[in-house]
Amino acid sequence: MPCPREAASLVLALAAALCACDRQLGHQPKFHPLDPSPFFSDGRSSRPLVAGTIPLDGPDPALATGIKDGRYLAAFPYPVDRAMLLRGRQRFDIYCAVCHDRTGSGDGMVIRRGFRPRPPDFTDPRLMAAPPGLFVDVIANGFGRMYPYEDRVHVRDRWAIAAYIKVLQLAAASRFQDLPGQDRRALEALK
Amino acid sequence: MAQLFPPSSNSIVKAAFAAGALVLCLAVWVAYRVERTTYFTKAGVACEQPVPFSHKHHVSGLGIDCRYCHVSAEDSSFAGLPPTRTCMTCHSQVWTQAQMLAAVRRSAETGQAIAWTRVDRLPDYVYFDHSIHVRKGVACQTCHGRVQRMPLTWRGYPFPFHMKDCLACHRHPERFPREDAELARLSRGFPPGERGHAAALAEHVRLLTDCYTCHR
Repeated sequence: MPCPREAASLVLALAAALCACDRQLGHQPKFHPLDPSPFFSDGRSSRPLVAGTIPLDGPDPALATGIKDGRYLAAFPYPVDRAMLLRGRQRFDIYCAVCHDRTGSGDGMVIRRGFRPRPPDFTDPRLMAAPPGLFVDVIANGFGRMYPYEDRVHVRDRWAIAAYIKVLQLAAASRFQDLPGQDRRALEALK
Repeated sequence: MAQLFPPSSNSIVKAAFAAGALVLCLAVWVAYRVERTTYFTKAGVACEQPVPFSHKHHVSGLGIDCRYCHVSAEDSSFAGLPPTRTCMTCHSQVWTQAQMLAAVRRSAETGQAIAWTRVDRLPDYVYFDHSIHVRKGVACQTCHGRVQRMPLTWRGYPFPFHMKDCLACHRHPERFPREDAELARLSRGFPPGERGHAAALAEHVRLLTDCYTCHR
C-alpha cells in the first residue's frame, strides 16, 4: 500500500519545508543597511566612502556650497515660490531650530541647555545684508562650532532654508503698521 | 470467536476523533495567543544598547524632530541610524564629560561605529520601504509606538509588525487619519455617493492589498 506512506512522507516534507520557511526566506543571506559583517576588519557591511570620492551625478559645487569663484552667490538658483518657502520652513524647523530657535533668534533649546557659543541672531545687521550663498555655505560646511549639515540637508533644501531665513529676517524687521491691512486685522483679531 | 469491540466502540472512536480535533484547534489557538504575547514579540521590552539613549529626552524634552537623526526616512527604504557625527553635533559641546557618553566620544575619536542593537526587524520576505509610508503621511508612531515617551528604546505598541496589522491599514486606509492629500481626497474629498469615489478607493485598496505590493 504505497498511497498512505506517500501521503505521510508528503506531509512530513511539507512540515519540514514550513519549519525552514522562516529561516530561509525570513533571514536571507544578504546585507541590509548597517548590518554587521565578519568579512571586514571594522565589522561593517556598509563601507565608508574612500577619501576624495566624487559622486558621478553630484550637484554643481557652486549650488552645493553657495560659493562661486570665491564669492557668495547673491541670487537664488531655484524659483522662490510658496512651496519652496514652506519646504524651507519645514527643513529649518527640523535641522536648524534646535539651536537657532524657530524665530532665528539664536536661543534654541540646545543653546538653553548649555551649547556655547550662542549662534548669532539672524537680525544681526551683518546677516541681514548677507547674500543667500552665505547661509548655504554655512549649512554645507559648518561655521565655528556648528557642524556641517551637508550629509543631512539636500542641496535644494539648503537654498529653501536660506530663503526661509530671509523670510524670518523680513518678519523680525517688520513693524505692525507696515503690514497689509488684511494681516493687521487678522493679528488684531487674535488679541 | 467473540467480538473484540462492543457496538459502543464506534461512538467512542468518533468522540475520540472529535476530542482530538478539538485539542488540536485549542493548541493552535493557544500557540497563536502565546505568540502574540510580549514575551515573544518583545514589544515593550527595552533593548540593551551600548549607550542608554533616551528618545524621551531628545524628542519630548528638547523638541528634536525624528528626521534630525533618521535622515533617510523620507527618501529611502531605510530610515537611517545617525552616524556618531550627528551625536557630536551637540555633544562636542554639551555633556562633554558625561560617563554615559564615553562610548560616543570613543567612537568619534577612533572612527569605529557604535554597534547599536536593532530594535525592529521585518522578515526578509517583506518588502518594506519607509519613504512611501512617510510620504503618504503615516506618522512614525503609527508603527513604532510613542517613541517620544521612551526613556530607553523598545518595540513600540500598538503592534509588533504582524501581517494583519499591515493589512488593517492597507485594506482600510481611509480609517487611519493621515496627512496625505491624495488619500484625504479619496476618503473625504468626494461628496458622499458621488460617482467615482467608491471606485477610486476600491482601486487604491486593490493596489495596496496586492500580494506583490509587500512580497516581491
